[in-house]
Amino acid sequence: MLLRLAPWVMIALLTAPLAAGLLMVLLPAFGYLPVLGGDTFHLEAWQALWARAGLHRSILLSYFSGLITTLVALFIVVLFLAANQGTWLDRAIRRMVSPLLAIPHAAVAFGLAFLIAPSGLLVRWLSPGLTGWERPPDLLIVNDPLGLALMAGLVLKEVPFLLLMSLAALAQLHPERRVTLARSLGYAPGIAWLKCVFPALYPLIRLPVYAVIAYATSVVDMALILGPTLPPTLSVSIITWFNDPDLNRRFMASAGAVLQLGVTLAALLTWWLGEQAVKHLSQRWLVSGSRLSGSAAIAFGGRALLSTVTLLAISALAGLTLFSVAGFWRFPDALPGTFTLDHWQRILPSVTTPLINTLSIGLTATMIAAFLVVATLEHAARHHLPARRAQWLLYLPLIVPQVAFLFGLVVAAESVGIRPQHALVVAAHLLFVVPYLYLSLSEAYRRLDPRWVQVALSLGVPPWRAFWQIRLPLLLAPLLTACAVSLAVSIGQYLPTLLLGGGRVPTITTEAVAMASGGNRRLIAVLALLQALLPFIGFSLALLIPRLVWAKRRQMRGAA
Amino acid sequence: MPNNRNSLRATVAMAMLALALPAAATPDTNDWQSIVAEAEGQTVYWNAWAGEERINTYISWVAQQVDARYGVELVHVKLGDTSEAVSRVLAEKQAGNDERGSVDMIWINGENFAAMKANGLLFGPWAEAMPYYPLTDPDNTPAVRYDWTIPVDGLESPWSSSQVVFYYDTALVENHPNNMAELLEWATLNPGEFTYPQVPNFLGNAFITQAMLELSDNTELFYEPMQEEDFDTATAALWEFLDELHPHLWRSGRAFPSNSADLRSLMGDSEISIALSFSATEASGAIANYELPDTVRSYVHDSGMIGNMSFMAIPYNAQHKAGAMVVANYLMSPEAQAEKQDPKVWGSGTILAMDMLSPEERALFDDIDLGIATLPPSELGELLGQPHPSWVDAIAEAWQTRYVN
Repeated sequence: MLLRLAPWVMIALLTAPLAAGLLMVLLPAFGYLPVLGGDTFHLEAWQALWARAGLHRSILLSYFSGLITTLVALFIVVLFLAANQGTWLDRAIRRMVSPLLAIPHAAVAFGLAFLIAPSGLLVRWLSPGLTGWERPPDLLIVNDPLGLALMAGLVLKEVPFLLLMSLAALAQLHPERRVTLARSLGYAPGIAWLKCVFPALYPLIRLPVYAVIAYATSVVDMALILGPTLPPTLSVSIITWFNDPDLNRRFMASAGAVLQLGVTLAALLTWWLGEQAVKHLSQRWLVSGSRLSGSAAIAFGGRALLSTVTLLAISALAGLTLFSVAGFWRFPDALPGTFTLDHWQRILPSVTTPLINTLSIGLTATMIAAFLVVATLEHAARHHLPARRAQWLLYLPLIVPQVAFLFGLVVAAESVGIRPQHALVVAAHLLFVVPYLYLSLSEAYRRLDPRWVQVALSLGVPPWRAFWQIRLPLLLAPLLTACAVSLAVSIGQYLPTLLLGGGRVPTITTEAVAMASGGNRRLIAVLALLQALLPFIGFSLALLIPRLVWAKRRQMRGAA
Repeated sequence: MPNNRNSLRATVAMAMLALALPAAATPDTNDWQSIVAEAEGQTVYWNAWAGEERINTYISWVAQQVDARYGVELVHVKLGDTSEAVSRVLAEKQAGNDERGSVDMIWINGENFAAMKANGLLFGPWAEAMPYYPLTDPDNTPAVRYDWTIPVDGLESPWSSSQVVFYYDTALVENHPNNMAELLEWATLNPGEFTYPQVPNFLGNAFITQAMLELSDNTELFYEPMQEEDFDTATAALWEFLDELHPHLWRSGRAFPSNSADLRSLMGDSEISIALSFSATEASGAIANYELPDTVRSYVHDSGMIGNMSFMAIPYNAQHKAGAMVVANYLMSPEAQAEKQDPKVWGSGTILAMDMLSPEERALFDDIDLGIATLPPSELGELLGQPHPSWVDAIAEAWQTRYVN
């Protein structure tokens, strides 16, 4: 009974606020926003939008950077998994990648910018000895017009996400058996993986891939730090217009938000068409029987690429850590002239409340989301329901620009008299936590071999016990991973926390973003490291618990 | 029956009274004693940009003071951008929440003020009734009554005055430029070593506005609302200047730092050697924060630099207006202003007129050590007023069209 309600509760929980939010983007986009004197419908906002200098370039930047980022990140992950032989080296690389998920996007962006900028860490280490540079060279590396730095930053963050999603899904595909079988037929290991495991894996990680596309086409914080500026990506332009003191800009900003939705959907559609093409074209290769070609390149490339990503991300983090204790650091010194704990001492006294808020909100939202998602999936599993079309609704919160649709959400909450408070912030976080938890867990749940539960039922075990004693333990690893992802998602929320909390629920992220606007790299570094701490603990637990619980059952440990 | 009807009437009357109560909570701005009485025990949510740790520390100091003096609990709502608070007020108005708004007070700049005033989002007039307000000598200080040429009309109280200053690294630059023409000459000789934040960032706007004022023969025009037909002739010199300057900027003008903080980082990394700021004490503060080398000093152009004041505003639907007024008034007190001006605390310019203060109050300011990179007030030169917002909007728009893409 309860189970039957779960999918509807979940859909309602997401769609009602979403509808309110979307309406509040659509109406102003067409001229209607009575508080600002807009009480007729017209297309002026769209005309103003089209007349913007550089709009076309902004659109292309958002579209291509989203697609290329996803393609590169997926390529690296697939190549590494294909090359993966389960050696200690592979395991070590894999383990180093997971914590990278915990570092907030903005922190990675700051770290990367400082690494690769002409006055950055790499140049400092090489100068003046190797380069002869006493002053930073005048090179446009960060904020380059093609968005390469932005894409690099996004790849650093998306590779760990896709890798973790893949590892969680792989556990139930028995890749070793497939590869062993293929190898016994004479296929080289990398090719065996690509031909026998990947085609089964991709459907399981498809939704996470779509989420990456949606995220990469509409990302704001990273694009602000690393992206081009003349013009910036579409999402950054929209934020600038929404934040413009001239409130009439909000009409154009709303039209821009609708356009952003269109760009994201176009990117998703392009990817989908690409999928169909690859499916069609690869069929012959899959069954052609060619066994050797390229295996060595895969083995080398996969490890090299993932190691590069990991090293870059770790250097970025190391740069941040250095800065958090740095005194003045003159170019081209390799290390700061003096070290100091000033920055930590100034920040630490004020972070207790924000840390507690962050944790309580994140855990509450994750628990509610896990309950709803598991109930929905269990309902579908018991009644052998196919994936619902309605599940697409779940992903809308991930593709509509937050700033636009949160305004509508605040209006909605105020209209029904709900005051800003903790509970409202939790509710707002659910909008983002539920989709991520759902997409992290749903495929693993759906693909779990139904025969386990059938055997239990046929032995007379009631459905609830089968659920508790068979299904949940089998799904422990993916469930914990999904919870860790959603905890990280909740911790990363800035605008929902600020706007729906009425500024009364400070979290570590609201503190960090507010501080980031001041640009003091040292204090930003301190807050970014603090911000990474909680998700880091979450991911560590998600990896550790299955290893402890299944200490004697190696196959069940999942993502290790 | 009559009895029943009476009790019904009483119930209705009580219900109406209950409805009327929140409206009665709007304080009488002319009765200071009742404002103070009402403020006691209120919690004031002050929405203020929080990107500077020193400012945040100063705000917590203010919170202690108003708690001890007036029993007002002050909460700093830390913002990354002032428009986030404006969004909140706008959404509340849209939803019909006209009395229990969650934003009690906003630290606001001219552009946001103009927009909120035009859209009826502000409470007031209240500011001129505040006891400390006369110390700003409003009759002789136009900047207190006109925010970016928009009449303040008592809808906001002054808090800080600021003036654009340039700062440069004396280790890298021998003689700093003294006007825009010299800056252009210097940039040509030292390509890649100067830049300004990307328009429409307010410091970027300030730079092109300063250039517009310096390069024009007839600046009076800019203090009136812009007429479309004047635009091309009045700004021709500005575009000629920027067209010449841009190829010699950092990254040849193909990218710009996004705000003053970015600009400061570039200076700290020795990427550029001249930068600008909206705060006379920014350089000294950044040296103390390890962000800039101690060889940095400030300077201003001969013709004076534009500047403005920032203010405190109370949204029309703020729930704790009395508390907000008490805090805003305290912020104007000589004691709070002197504390704010101390570079060791924050180093932001005072809005008080020194000759309105008692000798003891003046002494609070005279004793402040301004820091090595800060120009004393006597050397800041003439303060040029901000042009009418319509001009700034128009040149910012035209900048986008010319230089984006």
